[in-house]
Amino acid sequence: MDDLYREHILDHYANPRNQGTLEDADIVCEWDNPVCGDTVRLYLCLSEGRVGDVRFEGQGCVISMASASMFTEEIQGKTLEELAALEEGDVFRMLGITLGPARAKCGLLPLRVLQEGLRRLA
Amino acid sequence: MSIERKLDPVALKADFPALAREVHGKPLVYLDNAASTQKPLAVIESVSEFYRAHYANIHRGVHTLSEEATTAYEEARDKVCAFIRAPDRRGVIFTRNATEAINLVAYAWGRSNVGPGDRVVITEMEHHSNLIPWQLLVRDVGAELTYVRVTEEGRLDLESLGQVLDGPVKLVAFSHLSNVLGTVNPAQKIIAQVRAQAPQARVLVDAAQSVPHLPMNAEALDCDFLALSGHKMCGPTGIGALYGRPEVLDDMPPFLAGGGMINRVGRMEATWADLPGKFEAGTPAIAEAVGLGAAVDYLDGVGMEAVWTHEQQLAAYALERMAEMPGVSVIGPPAQERGGVVSFTVESIHPHDLAQMLDWDGVAIRAGHHCARLLHDQLGLRATARASFYLYNTREDVDRLVEGIQRAQGFFG
Repeated sequence: MDDLYREHILDHYANPRNQGTLEDADIVCEWDNPVCGDTVRLYLCLSEGRVGDVRFEGQGCVISMASASMFTEEIQGKTLEELAALEEGDVFRMLGITLGPARAKCGLLPLRVLQEGLRRLA
Repeated sequence: MSIERKLDPVALKADFPALAREVHGKPLVYLDNAASTQKPLAVIESVSEFYRAHYANIHRGVHTLSEEATTAYEEARDKVCAFIRAPDRRGVIFTRNATEAINLVAYAWGRSNVGPGDRVVITEMEHHSNLIPWQLLVRDVGAELTYVRVTEEGRLDLESLGQVLDGPVKLVAFSHLSNVLGTVNPAQKIIAQVRAQAPQARVLVDAAQSVPHLPMNAEALDCDFLALSGHKMCGPTGIGALYGRPEVLDDMPPFLAGGGMINRVGRMEATWADLPGKFEAGTPAIAEAVGLGAAVDYLDGVGMEAVWTHEQQLAAYALERMAEMPGVSVIGPPAQERGGVVSFTVESIHPHDLAQMLDWDGVAIRAGHHCARLLHDQLGLRATARASFYLYNTREDVDRLVEGIQRAQGFFG
């Protein structure tokens, strides 16, 4: 249990960073984790080809919400190419915890939302 | 990279408990492998162990058993993906068998991509599993079904392929290895010709008879769909797979609908899960998939190059022995063009009577049209007897078959 619910994870869950909406976002996308109905919606503003402001809204478990919160910090300042290159391993490194197959989808939900947003942008 | 390996069929036979039994007081000689193969202990134990220790439903639970079951199921997918050298695991869909895999394509892809006046091309040597789904499709959508001819020697007539490709072709579906003739069709050459002459057409390879017996490389084949059955390759019944190009599968509507294949559900509509989940509605054959993974491990351990070489040698030996037998006629091409399938007739003995006599000798063969009625019509035959080999068959098994045929000839002659 200690492996999963580490302090930094609980902190991001209790005090989510960048929670909210952006009215003039360039990318808005939402996706569900169908296993449990968790939802994350991402708002991204781009400036000079890089991620400027990021916000997220969502409902879900500790892992998916903490991951979304950390993810908004992770992607700030990245170019579209850098966003497109993000992989599952990057998210696991960001989280700093080991997720089994059942919970991997929770942690990966923000990445899945971003990938869907990039797909629609293209 | 390929290591020259020879397999020892006598040693391998010991891995298969069923092959140790007797039938009518004689040691069993199992020569019905094109219908289904026996199971090695490793596969039987893997299914048993899974039920004993790791079983739960997959993809849903957070609990440990569900995680273990999910991991085992998804590892089986990775194993199948690597075994057929498919480029992307998302395209590997578990089905009940090759028949269901082909029906998935006929319904989900066919009903939304084939229309009035379009042409679906198959061949005269197809098993009913790669024939009836297309008959139903063209009847439903008003398309036409066109056949590539089979020559008297049991090869595909590639000239007639050229002719039928000249038209509004939407799909070309053919078997890689004939379950009756044993013919290995030049799949790569056929697909290259389809790509050149009818680039709009999709290609489905019925690999039910090839994946169990030869090294498969789905990526090099460049097909759009490939169907296989687990039970023909040492695996359990009730599990098979469709490989499809992910971009093609993404554009298809679902086949079966229900749990596990959705992303979001509203009152009037829903969106679909990512591949491969989109095509795996309902609780799948979890333990059977795990068993198929164990079968793949087993075959990898033997080496598919070695399996193929062994079966070609056995078929060549069987053809050689049968050529010496008066009244015995083999159908299909010469040994170098076929896998381990030998179908034949014996003068004045119906194949069913022959199979009955051989069973009394402990030799299991198949008699009938082998789900390829059209091919038999084409060859002017009602039925044939078929001996089909696998990695555990020996030259002595072929000798037992030959002796059994001789005994039957003596009895009826």
